[in-house]
Amino acid sequence: MWDYTDKVREHFLNPRNVGEIKDADAIGEVGSLACGDALKLYLKLDESKERIVDAKFQTFGCASAIASSSALTEMIKGKTLDEALNITNHEIAEFLGGLPEEKMHCSVMGQEALDVAIAKYRGTAVPSHGHDHEHMEMEGEIVCKCFGITDQFLKKVIASNELHTAEQVTHFTKAGGGCGGCIPKINELIAEVMGEQPKEEHKRPAKLTNLRKMQLIQDVLEKEVRPLLWADGGDLELIDIAGSLVQIAFRKACAGCVSSGHTAKFVEQKLREYVAEDIRVEEVEG
Amino acid sequence: MKEIYLDNNATTKVDDQVFEEMRPYFCEFYGNPSSMHFFGGQVQKKVDEARNRVASLLGALPEEIIFTSCGTESDNAAIRSALEVSPERRHIITTRVEHPAVLTLCRNLSKRGYRVTEIAVDGEGRLDVDELRSVIDEDTAIVSIMYANNETGVIFPVEEVGKIVKEKGALFHTDAVQAVGKIPMDMKNSTIDMLALSGHKLHAPKGIGALYLRKGVPFRPFMVGGHQERSRRAGTENSASIIALGKACELAGQFLDDENNRVMAMRDRLEKEILAIVPKVRVNGGLAERLPNTLSVAFEFVEGEAILLLLNEKGICASSGSACTSGSLEPSHVLRAMGVPFTCAHGSIRFSLSRFNTEDEINMVIRELPPVIHRLREMSPFGREVLVSN
Ligand code: FES
Repeated sequence: MWDYTDKVREHFLNPRNVGEIKDADAIGEVGSLACGDALKLYLKLDESKERIVDAKFQTFGCASAIASSSALTEMIKGKTLDEALNITNHEIAEFLGGLPEEKMHCSVMGQEALDVAIAKYRGTAVPSHGHDHEHMEMEGEIVCKCFGITDQFLKKVIASNELHTAEQVTHFTKAGGGCGGCIPKINELIAEVMGEQPKEEHKRPAKLTNLRKMQLIQDVLEKEVRPLLWADGGDLELIDIAGSLVQIAFRKACAGCVSSGHTAKFVEQKLREYVAEDIRVEEVEG
Repeated sequence: MKEIYLDNNATTKVDDQVFEEMRPYFCEFYGNPSSMHFFGGQVQKKVDEARNRVASLLGALPEEIIFTSCGTESDNAAIRSALEVSPERRHIITTRVEHPAVLTLCRNLSKRGYRVTEIAVDGEGRLDVDELRSVIDEDTAIVSIMYANNETGVIFPVEEVGKIVKEKGALFHTDAVQAVGKIPMDMKNSTIDMLALSGHKLHAPKGIGALYLRKGVPFRPFMVGGHQERSRRAGTENSASIIALGKACELAGQFLDDENNRVMAMRDRLEKEILAIVPKVRVNGGLAERLPNTLSVAFEFVEGEAILLLLNEKGICASSGSACTSGSLEPSHVLRAMGVPFTCAHGSIRFSLSRFNTEDEINMVIRELPPVIHRLREMSPFGREVLVSN
């Protein structure tokens, strides 16, 4: 069982400001049913349209998601929009006496909904989740396809929370917690933000004989790629290797899956990472 | 607050009679059953009696029972042994919905050069036996397929599986941790070569398990050392717990009818009432043959952890297949393998009963659960239309 603080428990059991505001000035929506949590935040502003006079929320999610939403609405009431924008996810967690690290993404979701609401109200673009707001201009490129998370958003969370590992980024944003295909990119973003050199995790061999290369490709597929596919009920088969061209066929859940193109790219990325830069992966019927 | 314990697939209460049976074997009769003196010998007699009791629940011979430390050890011992006795065979077959005790082992073995096939299940959690038929071959060393699923209670057609396995000369192991004591089984008329069971799922303590090993099936021990358990499992016998497991199996045999009548009726009533009162609910594996005690229900538009914690406030203990209870971000591998839509998988709750549950407790759950779901749905931005009809 999670080790929640009394404050989290209390805000979960008696959440403040649940509901909707019919004539809200600003609404921010993040997350989705598929993701496992979602938050819709409603803001009502005063005459000058500067100060938040009322805030309400609707949340689908676990106890800490509900508690974080409740905390957020309490924190922003009475604040000007600019003051509200300065609230960090860390402060939301602190308000609750802390959250388990695996649950930090709940506090991030709160802050994100606030950003979205205010940005939408002001008509500016925001770095955020890509899932549910087709009408919104999203800034940045999607890094994590599983949870629809952009590089801009990740960079912001990495910087403001001083995150150093991909695991932390997953705890704070969920990115990387699905298929794991975006983890190398997350590591790059961490390096970029924190001004560190990316850790060379796998040394690519400098020069490969053809035989060695084929062995290595098989090895990487067996150890690094197939186990990940199995986790989602899929599989692949190596059909042929011709120089740098690797031909694979998808099996089970992957076969005929709409995102198999994305999976092929993922396989290619892995092979490039471990074997050689010039590898190309092609999906064939097999 | 008195707990209403409906999480018996996670672990069970040690039956008082079981505890009384094992109690003297800590401070009084603490002898080593392997010793030559009378003091160890009397423990040996009780260990033998326990072996008989376990064997009799399974319809097995006493010498076919090997005591282990838990279900996971039994699973590991069975699968590793099968691979060792036929080193030329390099293929393992299991299912996508196995317990981690089997699944993690198989996935690790796949990294050691074994070919592993995970058989799929359908939307109701039923095994795709045709897939098994098409993938099994002369290279298959072992087929490990659970007797019944821990999350949904869905029972697999193990005897049908065993027949297919035999045709190819492979060994058949089943993780029966959830099934033993809940449904009758008879190893005399079975195609199972090895079967794993666990004490704490049938009212014995944690830390004791057994492996059924069919007479004549070749075996290589997982634990080596002394000659205990006919050199099939080294290590001084956990005599008190073995004695407890024996008693628990004896009681399970006596309560088998109760389990399949009274307990099942309570489960069915709980299921029926929930479906009648709460809209937008589905039973995971509801159309399949299931264990008498297990009910997995998916509530749309709400998240499992939140449900569990609100039930917890009422003293009701259940578990969930939701991601948020495990620290992972994706819902349970079992529900995903069944293709349960994400909208439902996140809100899945498992109730698992035992003979210690009462009608009153079920009434209490039927009373407390619907308001919990309603309350969370009221809070949720999704599925608000269902509230109107509620
Ligand atoms: S793309 Fe990020 S976890 Fe799958």
